Amino acid sequence: MNAVIQHPLFIPVLTTLVVCALFPLVAGYLVLIERKVLADFQVRLGPMRVGPHGLLQPLADALKLILKEDIIPEDSDHLIFWIAPIISTFTALTAFAVLPFSARIFVSDVNVGILVISAVSAVGILGIILGGWSSNSHYSLLGSLRSAAQLVSYEVALTFALLSALMVAGTLSMQGIVHAQQQRGVWFVFENFGFMIVPFVVFLISATAETNRIPFDLPEAESELTGGYHTEYSGVRWGFFMLSEYANLFVASAVGVTLFWGGWLPPFPSVAALGWFFDALFPALIFAGSGASSLVLIPKLPYRPHRILMAIIAAALVAFGALFLVPALTTWFAPVFWFLFKIALVIYLMIWFRGTFPRFRYDQLMNIGWKYMIPIGMGAVMVNAVLGMFR
Amino acid sequence: MPPGYLPLFIFLAVAILLPTLTLVAARLVRPSAPSRTKLEPYECGIKAASNSRGRYTVRFYIIAILFVIFDVETIFLLPWAVQYRTLGWFGVAEVFVFLSILIVGYIWAYKKGAFEWV
Repeated sequence: MNAVIQHPLFIPVLTTLVVCALFPLVAGYLVLIERKVLADFQVRLGPMRVGPHGLLQPLADALKLILKEDIIPEDSDHLIFWIAPIISTFTALTAFAVLPFSARIFVSDVNVGILVISAVSAVGILGIILGGWSSNSHYSLLGSLRSAAQLVSYEVALTFALLSALMVAGTLSMQGIVHAQQQRGVWFVFENFGFMIVPFVVFLISATAETNRIPFDLPEAESELTGGYHTEYSGVRWGFFMLSEYANLFVASAVGVTLFWGGWLPPFPSVAALGWFFDALFPALIFAGSGASSLVLIPKLPYRPHRILMAIIAAALVAFGALFLVPALTTWFAPVFWFLFKIALVIYLMIWFRGTFPRFRYDQLMNIGWKYMIPIGMGAVMVNAVLGMFR
Repeated sequence: MPPGYLPLFIFLAVAILLPTLTLVAARLVRPSAPSRTKLEPYECGIKAASNSRGRYTVRFYIIAILFVIFDVETIFLLPWAVQYRTLGWFGVAEVFVFLSILIVGYIWAYKKGAFEWV
């Protein structure tokens, strides 16, 4: 048993299985969170029927998708139609392999980590193009063409934004980038006399466009193209396109957090006096606080099973928060908590965009990409190159 | 094989297997009752007027060509970005020369209207 745990492949393989098994569930709950947050922006309640406050909605949705009839249009290219969602899914998931969840928990730390992510996301575009092309429907074809043009336009700006961060880090390895921030004792977004905020903003806008989210959701603009590239898809296949979309959202946020917001480092990583507060107390308070606030909701729930489930969830949250106060577990949990917490904040920001901005016209989208984002990104690289020499 | 790649390939294999197996498994539980209308491509309820694989605007090709130029450019910059500290001012000067040549090209493409959509 000990030989298995000590094996160098043990943590990578375990992480692989956990990520692949859990991410579909996480994606389902991301959808629920997005619906709930958007509902809140619009003064509605959002999903409330399945489980207390709609907490079981993702499971019901997944079951429905699997049990739905799978329709492949007659004129479509069957083989490519079959393969396209698989390409989208596995490329989106493979990017998780190089994410640094903590100094010890990761699948692999190759020395070209960030290149692996851009490589697989470039292949992921193929899934969308092939899916739209093989459906043989006008909406799908237009959606996939728009998608391809949009993704390649913003990829250039995205790479420029990454270049600025890589210049400061001096390495392409995802762990190496976080370690470089640990050594400098500062998150890279505040590096170079604070100028790194400019590439971060370019990164955030391009990442929103790369993940096809509102205000850049032209590839699947409902009011113009019905469903865009996945108009003809139904059931599990459609589910896989959604899964890859949310995986891309997660990965884009994770890359932003790793390059600019310190990865798994807590705030003020160089101040040892704050270590206990940020590593143990803060996460414990977050979990215990959300547990306590869900206790308040219990008496208002109309059904008894809902009340029981909510009580179990509240107790589990408080208990999980208490685990952070155990010193032996803190060293394992705290970095993962900070990595996921920052990702959650970036994802919340993207949902906020969706609740705030109307969709762009296609020419506006191309203008922003080619006339603003690329020159700003290129300029940011030049300014950072000069500023970086003086730091 | 350089270190660190084995877990990456294991992950890749698992990530390919996951959607494939789910698709195959879902076939066992889902109903299948195809009909002629169901299998038509969707076009707001009317019969598709034409095959979708027709002509589309040349703008998409221009965007693709521009992308190749700028993407290769960023690929060239990556090795410099990693060695930025070691190369120092010399590297910065070289990259400024490289980027200024590209900026001239960018301005030319801008003037020619390559970035105009419509």
